[in-house]
Amino acid sequence: MIKFDNVSKRYPGGHQALSQVDFELADGEMAFLTGRSGAGKSTLLKLIMLMETTSQGQIFVNGKNLSRMPKHRIPFYRRRIGVVFQDHQLLFDRNVFENVALPLQIEGYPKHEADRRVRAALDKVGLLKKEKMLPITLSGGEQQRIGIARAVVNRPQILLADEPTGNLDPELAAEIMKLFEQFNQVGVSMLIASHDLSLITRLQHRILTLDTGRLILDAHHTAATAQPVGGK
Amino acid sequence: MSKRRRETGAKTSNRTARGALQSHWQQHLKIASDSFKRLLQQPSASLMTIAVIGIALLLPSTLFVSMSNLNALSDSINGASKVTLYLHEEHTEGEALKISEQLLQREDVTTTEYISPAQAAEQFSVYSGLGDVIDALDENPLPGAIIVTPASIDADATQALATELAQLSIVDSMQLDLQWVERLQRFLQLVQRASTGLMLILALAVLFIVGNTIRLAIEGRRAEIVVVKLVGGTNSYVARPFLYAGAYYGLAGSILACILLAILMWAISGPARALLALYDSDFQLRTLGLSSTVFLLLIGTGLGWLGALISVRQHLSNIEP
Repeated sequence: MIKFDNVSKRYPGGHQALSQVDFELADGEMAFLTGRSGAGKSTLLKLIMLMETTSQGQIFVNGKNLSRMPKHRIPFYRRRIGVVFQDHQLLFDRNVFENVALPLQIEGYPKHEADRRVRAALDKVGLLKKEKMLPITLSGGEQQRIGIARAVVNRPQILLADEPTGNLDPELAAEIMKLFEQFNQVGVSMLIASHDLSLITRLQHRILTLDTGRLILDAHHTAATAQPVGGK
Repeated sequence: MSKRRRETGAKTSNRTARGALQSHWQQHLKIASDSFKRLLQQPSASLMTIAVIGIALLLPSTLFVSMSNLNALSDSINGASKVTLYLHEEHTEGEALKISEQLLQREDVTTTEYISPAQAAEQFSVYSGLGDVIDALDENPLPGAIIVTPASIDADATQALATELAQLSIVDSMQLDLQWVERLQRFLQLVQRASTGLMLILALAVLFIVGNTIRLAIEGRRAEIVVVKLVGGTNSYVARPFLYAGAYYGLAGSILACILLAILMWAISGPARALLALYDSDFQLRTLGLSSTVFLLLIGTGLGWLGALISVRQHLSNIEP
């Protein structure tokens, strides 16, 4: 589904965010991306979203080479990927329903079908009763759930999340993760960046560990079976 | 890892063309009404922009109405031009009256008037105050004349008629005072050219006004644009509300211009009528008229849209997530 082939990213100004990253995420797989802040987690997700471009190497998503994608195709490519942001990226002049409906509106869904899908997504994240409220009046956890509902409303093949539990207490964080697992169970491929090691090691999924831009560990399930990347 | 197939992919692409078209219009309608509401949400800022556009459009429309009035006025003045035929000295009054009557039969002649040498001398002494000079002469030096009013108001037709009448054997010389009418027309052409130039400059001003307003609107909604682009909004999708806003500004500005112009016309119509009455004219003051009003509204809307388009082209692509 997602394949990184020797990818490096150097920002203008010389900061080396990623160095020679190699990994492959299978269709329907769920993986965590961890590492200290500044390790390159966000950059890696931004590369997949084409918010940034690689300096070296190639990324394939669904078999397509991202560095060969013409600019005008980028919006259509992004529609197939759901993203959950740490800072939610909600529109505060629109209510919960309208925020979640945005991707469908952009794609030009007929109103009745869009309404149905938005309600289904809101139901999934438990916000159906708050659809008329403005995001600003809701708690951080609820705002995050609006972001999640918006990310999944057009049923993407891939869901990316950047520190989705960053500002949440452990209980809420676990709840959000459970929600992600549910999406994964219906076949969505997931890549979730999080520095909350204690939470993600409990969840028994693949964990990719970044350190100063290098992929240093690609571990499946538990630390016991962890294998250093390229370590011979 | 879970490798279950998604069964939703097929459904997504299963929308019919008709549904897509219908939703396309739904989408346009929604964006149109959303951007209209947005203008209403910031009434003072919107009103300022609309007022400036209105005034910028008012000036050329005022010029246009003035021009159309002056043109119509010059036509009606042209209609008042007369051909004076000075007769040979040896003609008799009977001959002259007969010719005068014959001329009246012509279709391109409205009225004729014969003025005998004696009447001419009388009029001369009355109007010039030089009656003594005529009296001092042994003989009345003034010739008889026939004054002909042409039926046509067209300057060329009048000229042709005058030239033809000058060929009559009884006629010594002909005078057609078209020169001042021609001067007036040349002057009007000059004003017309100048006002066309002014219109272009003011149209440019409207483009800049709308462009700048839209630029500020884009800046104000930068965060929103980023979000929309992140979830797959194309440049044209992001641009659409701004284009609508520009068109609304232009439309509202041109409506304002129409209202201001109507007020202006109403204010000057009284004095103008009084002035024209002094000249015995039944000339009716012209207003903008329906077709010109529609034209003005279309031009205003178009300029607003174009200004927004220019601004959007310049600023929107710089905003990337």
